[in-house]
Formats: sequence, structure tokens, C-alpha cells
Amino acid sequence: MSEILIYTKDYCGFCARAKALLKAKGADFTEIDITRDAGLQAEMVERSGRRTVPQIFIDGHHIGGYDDLAALDAAGELRRLLQLAEPANDGASHHRLIIIGTGPAGYTAAIYAARAGLEPAVITGVEIGGQLTTTTEVENWPGGDVTLQGPELMERFRDHAERFDVALIRDHIRSADLSRRPFRLEGETQAYTADSLIIATGATARYLGLPSEAGFKGRGVSACATCDGFFFRDKPVAVVGGGNTAVEEALYLANIASHVTLVHRRDALKAERILQDRLFTKVSQGKVSILWDHKVDEVLGNETGVTGLRVRHVGTGETQDLTADGVFIAIGHDPNTTLFAGQLDRDGGYLRTKGGLAGNATETSLPGVFAAGDVADPVYRQAVTSAATGAMAALDAERFLAGLTAGGAPQTETLAA
Amino acid sequence: MTAVSTNEPIHITDDDFDTVVKRDDLVLVDFWAPWCGPCLAIAPVLEELAAEYGDTLTVAKIDIDQHQMKASTFGVRAIPTLVLFKGGEPFDTLVGVQTRSSLAAAIDRARG
Repeated sequence: MSEILIYTKDYCGFCARAKALLKAKGADFTEIDITRDAGLQAEMVERSGRRTVPQIFIDGHHIGGYDDLAALDAAGELRRLLQLAEPANDGASHHRLIIIGTGPAGYTAAIYAARAGLEPAVITGVEIGGQLTTTTEVENWPGGDVTLQGPELMERFRDHAERFDVALIRDHIRSADLSRRPFRLEGETQAYTADSLIIATGATARYLGLPSEAGFKGRGVSACATCDGFFFRDKPVAVVGGGNTAVEEALYLANIASHVTLVHRRDALKAERILQDRLFTKVSQGKVSILWDHKVDEVLGNETGVTGLRVRHVGTGETQDLTADGVFIAIGHDPNTTLFAGQLDRDGGYLRTKGGLAGNATETSLPGVFAAGDVADPVYRQAVTSAATGAMAALDAERFLAGLTAGGAPQTETLAA
Repeated sequence: MTAVSTNEPIHITDDDFDTVVKRDDLVLVDFWAPWCGPCLAIAPVLEELAAEYGDTLTVAKIDIDQHQMKASTFGVRAIPTLVLFKGGEPFDTLVGVQTRSSLAAAIDRARG
């Protein structure tokens, strides 16, 4: 909510009307009664260039007297200037800045925005903490302890955000209307409005899209080795994919399962060198084998769950069946942007941001809406790059909101009047 | 296990699983483990549902790290898995992180 200051005098009808109007809007204001204080009278004249009361300031900007206030109200401008919620019967809670998501991008944006005094609200989503909560060791977080675990890192992020003025709201956004200002979000428990948004909704593990795969989800098909590896102790499993996630899952499962087969559709891995080296060590120990140039045709199983995989050589088309009680899919991620389809420019599902060297790099195709982290990043997708773009988005949002306040004040009323 | 239905989730074991599931008409069993991030993420939603549905729903959590027998019986191979029991029989199974509304919809379907 904006900071509202009103200079008044006793027995001033317009002062009473101005105060009544502000009260009717539900705005809190600070009243400075200058009736018996020559110093305050001089202060008002100096700040406003006027000798009449009331004189109203919103966030340090001179609005004018009651007539000016009423004119703003009639023009429908006042509510935005006061940064108030929609009318009370609407029930939406208003925030200057709403951040959607609690991965590294969302929490970092929250820390920066709170320190900028934007009093951000963070809507957590269902997967509080995001993708890192399903990982184990995080070895590439700069400054991190040797033993740092993904879930622990995300708890630290949350604790850090909570040190500042951040409203953490446990809710999940179901729809967004960005065609109106303030923007409107419908959550599971309530509605929200915001003058600006930082979208940090991240990405979700992609599945192969096979009917047999969907049929066995939760009965042997998984996208989370740290969650479900437990069920496959001393049993053979397969991991599908060739990037960091696939290799990390294979390494994790190699310590649990009797054997891990990594099925990859290419003849080389995309994972980091250090992870590849570890994997090849497991291969030489006989714990892991790699099936190059193969893709999954079908997940095989019976009423008890998954029993194996039918895989096909991408060159020859030859198929073979693998025995596996569990199949871990790690073929990549899809950005969580369906909420914004048709409202923001996307590229392959990812939110398009401005980039470039002129600042405002995290702005989407809509002014005031910013994106950070995996939701706008098909390439890097690291905890540290997500955190970095979260910080950038907060700085961009701060500048946007400052412009809104400055630009929103009437230009005709200058101090030189 | 003193109260028949409580306003907060109860913790059950392989031993009292059947007793609880058969005793209360509607029981939402959460197969979970303390090392499962998504399980921890949905825990507050389960607490809310337990409070919201009060006496009409029992939310029972079973730690599969400690108790694997019932998880095996019900074919659980991923967590969180939520099995909604009605009249002692499995009525619906939801695997993975769920939104509050999808859980509430399942519960409401079971309540008929």
C-alpha cells in the first residue's frame, strides 16, 4: 500500500471530505494538522507550492487538494495510485509484486524485492522448493558445503527469504488474467491482484508420452529416483536419458538397485564431464550398463507393475526387451507456462524474455511481467543461473514499479505552481 | 489411536493400518517417507484437509521407510502415493504431488 500524507486544518470541510474519500477506499493515511504550527504550515507550502488545505501526497508525489483527489477517483486512477486491492466484495488480495514459484529463482527474487521495499508476496505452488527438493548432493552451488543436499539448500533459501519482509503464501495458481491491470491470479484458496509479476514457475519432468508409460506411473515408472529408488533395492532398473539428470539418477540408483541400465537415444552423453566420469566408473564396476542409440518403444508390465522395457535401436530399428522393475524417465523438462498460453510470448513453451544489454532483460512480452529461472531458460537450467535471473527480475520489477508510481502522479501539479 | 476421527493427520503403522482403515468410513492414507521432498511439500495440504473435513475424514500417514508391508500390499512403488479408502476398501489412488483441489475432488467423489 502506498504511503499517503495529508496536510489538514481544523474546520476544513474539504479536508474532511478528502479524508472520508481515502477512508472509503480503505486507505491508511498520515494526517498532519498544521492549524497551530507555523513550521508545518511553511513545510506544506514549500512542498506543495500551495497555500490551501488539504494538500495530499502519495508516496512523496504531490497530488493536490480534494478536487484533484476526487478527479483522480472519477478517472478510475486513484485505486491504482493508492495501490489498493480491487473493491472489497471481490475478495482478491492485492500486492505490488507477486512472485510465483519457490525454486532458486523465486526465493532469490523475493530476497531482492523485499530488500528493495517492495513487500513481495510469494505464492509457493504445490512443489514447494521446486525441482531441487528431489535431488541429493548439490555440488555446484558456489560456497556450498561438501554435504549440501538439494532439499536442505531450498530450506536455506526459504529461511533467507523469511528474514525479510516477504509474504509466503501457500497456494497454487490455477489461472492468470494478464489482460487487465492489476494482473489477476486465481489460486486454489483465494484470488490475487498484482501491479507486477515475477514468473518463476520452473519446469516439470517430461515423460515419454507412451500410453504404457502412463499406465504404469507410480507402479514402476517414475521421474524421481530419490523418491522412489527405495522401492527397487536389489532389483534391476532402467534410466532413460543422457543429460545431467539421467546420469545423476543412474548414479544414485547404482547404490540401491542390483543393476542400472541407462538407455540413451544418442551415442554420447550430454551430462557434465565429472558426472560422466563417475558413471563410467560404475560401468567398469559392472553396476551400470549403457545402451547407446536406443529409444523406448514400450513399458512392459503386468498387474503387479513394471517388468521391463522394449527398446529400439534408432539406426537399425531392431528391438529388444530389458528386464527392469523400475523405469526412471529423465529425458528433460517442460516449462510450467500453460497458465500464460496466449497471454505471453513463448518459444517452445519457454517464456520469451527481452535479454540484451539495455537492462530489463527479464521482462516478458508484457511490461510489468518478468520471468526468471527454468521457466525462461531452455539452455542453462542451473540452480545458480536461476537464482541469478531471480535477482535480475526483482531489480527489473523494482524499476518498473518505481516508474508506475512516478508516472502515475499527475504531471500538471508541479511545485512551481 | 484414541479419537475416531481427528482434525489432524494421524501416524499409523503396518500393525494398526487395517484397524484404522476399517474403523473410519473415509480414510486418506499417505504413503510417504521423511527423505521424500514432494512428500514433505504436500504435508501441509494434508493437514489442511484433515482440519477442513474434520470428523468426516481421517488422514493417516504411514512412513514407508519404517513400514513396508502395507505399501507392498497396495502396490505402492512411488511416493507420495495417496490411497483413499471408503468403507475399508480402496476407492481412489493418487500418485505424486497433488493440488489441494484434486485431493478435495477425490474426497468429495468418495463422499458421494
